[in-house]
Amino acid sequence: MSDIPREKLYGLAAEFADTPSIFHAAEKTHAAGYKWFDCLVPFPVHGLDRAMGVKMTILPILVFFGGLTGLTLACILQVFTNSLEIDLWALVPVVGYQYDVSGKPLLGPAAFVPVAFEMTVLFSALTAVFGTLVLNKLPMLYHPTLKSPKLARATDDRFYLVIESKDPLFVRDDVEAFLQSLNPDSIIELEK
Amino acid sequence: MNRIDLSQDRIQLSSSTAKMGPILIVAGLALLGLSVALASSAGWSTFWKAYLVGFMASVGIALGAMFFVMLQHITRSGWSVTVRRLAEGIARNLSWMWILFIPIIVMVLKGDGSLLYQWGDEYLMEHDHLLHKKATYLSPTFWSARAVFYLLVWAVLATLYFKWSTNQDRDGDVKWTHKMQQWAPLGIILYGLTQSYAAIDWMMTLQPKWFSTMFAVYYFASTMCGFFCAIILLARYMQRTGHLKQAISVEHYHDLGKWLFGLGVVFWAYIGFSQYMLIWYANLPVETSWYMARQLGGWAPVSLLLLFGHFVVPFVLLITRWTKRWRFTLPLIACWLMLMFFVDICWIVLPVVPEAAIAAATTYNELVKQVASGEVSVGFGFSIVNVTCLVGMMACLTGGTIFNLRSCNLVASEDPRLDEALSFENA
Repeated sequence: MSDIPREKLYGLAAEFADTPSIFHAAEKTHAAGYKWFDCLVPFPVHGLDRAMGVKMTILPILVFFGGLTGLTLACILQVFTNSLEIDLWALVPVVGYQYDVSGKPLLGPAAFVPVAFEMTVLFSALTAVFGTLVLNKLPMLYHPTLKSPKLARATDDRFYLVIESKDPLFVRDDVEAFLQSLNPDSIIELEK
Repeated sequence: MNRIDLSQDRIQLSSSTAKMGPILIVAGLALLGLSVALASSAGWSTFWKAYLVGFMASVGIALGAMFFVMLQHITRSGWSVTVRRLAEGIARNLSWMWILFIPIIVMVLKGDGSLLYQWGDEYLMEHDHLLHKKATYLSPTFWSARAVFYLLVWAVLATLYFKWSTNQDRDGDVKWTHKMQQWAPLGIILYGLTQSYAAIDWMMTLQPKWFSTMFAVYYFASTMCGFFCAIILLARYMQRTGHLKQAISVEHYHDLGKWLFGLGVVFWAYIGFSQYMLIWYANLPVETSWYMARQLGGWAPVSLLLLFGHFVVPFVLLITRWTKRWRFTLPLIACWLMLMFFVDICWIVLPVVPEAAIAAATTYNELVKQVASGEVSVGFGFSIVNVTCLVGMMACLTGGTIFNLRSCNLVASEDPRLDEALSFENA
């Protein structure tokens, strides 16, 4: 089975029937040093990402700084609109809305908190949503594993481990022999 | 994916640890006795306030435990099965903690209520119009009857939940789980109402003209902080003394840390601020007077300490994953927050500005000066009974918890969700 030429080859997939097999296959693939491989499973398999050696996402850090940006912006916005009085380069006079609201100070920190809180939440949420999209390269309109009808059961009752051809260790015969050693139900070639 | 093996684990209290129970109870009672002995020199009013601080802190932790237990049944949680018995052990103290409240009820019924509560002063209740309107609700008899009702409800709920859960250890029957789940919604409603009214009756009425619809929730949030610190420290203590080494894993600490972060730090700050901001904005003297007492004299730095020590710093510390998972950082943060919880209860109970001083001062700045010069007392000051009462009650609570757990398994070993708790992992 070597009908697809090397340059058109996306990778090789091994098919498994249950979660323990894909779990151990992922562990072995990680231990064998492959970097560009993925598991296609019909439902979340707990601990699979650890077995695959997937690193922790940096999303929480992005979200934290997103929130911090929101907090800072909210504070600047409120201080600016409430009390600012400066001349930009002595040309443009800028004056904030210095309203006296029931005798409260113009810079009343207690009044700033709700807005600061909401802006922090908003920026954190937006960073989380768009960060997820960007980190997962979404929206992804095409993926080679969707092309092969043989992999359709990944959304139903089958588990696949795909080693991609761009992996530095990818030598076709070696990979095929390696996948064979994992005792899969079948090995499938994937076209780009 | 790895299920933890419980067979190698010690899930019964070792005799050396079990001994700590009676020792702590005796030590706690001795400290309470010492407090009484010191009361006449410290002043009975100071003593009763210190006593109330100790009681509200320790009963708050036990109430938090009871809430936690019932919440786990309502949500049918699997992860918490390994720590639920510890919470049940803490909550079980409610079956005897009513004893500690009897002295306050006796004092109020004897007509000495004014030592602690302004409404205990009959003359004031007669002649102050606003208080006169509240006199029915704040009459010593009605007040005491309500207190008895709350304490009774808590004692019954905590005893039943402990009993049902330990019954399951013995016969392994799943019907106990169903029973606990069936009663949890009603129990939690009863808990919510009694806890709220207890907070209002016992602490908000310290300044009887003041009211806040947030107050009961604020006390709830405070107790959540106290309880999650307590259960983290108790779990750590159990593991240090050789118990539950397998059963409680880093995943459980992680989840308890999330609870502490979510309810004990963020929710507390959210509620505390909501209460503050509405009063600050409306700026009505009857409402702001409560916060005035907390921004005058020595209470101003305490308020800031709460803002930073109870919210800002723990927020930053607990927001990352590793601080909740590392076995050194989480108990350390829990110790700190436990301290903040005590400060918080002191901050609720102790500050007071005498109404005469408010009436006499023509401006706010004049009052500030009077407080600074010591002419007017805002209730800020250290007395040894503050420490002996609080430590005594906490020792009773801890000792009682160990005593409650002396003859049962330290995990709900027959709970149908135990497997889930033993094999779960935070994603």
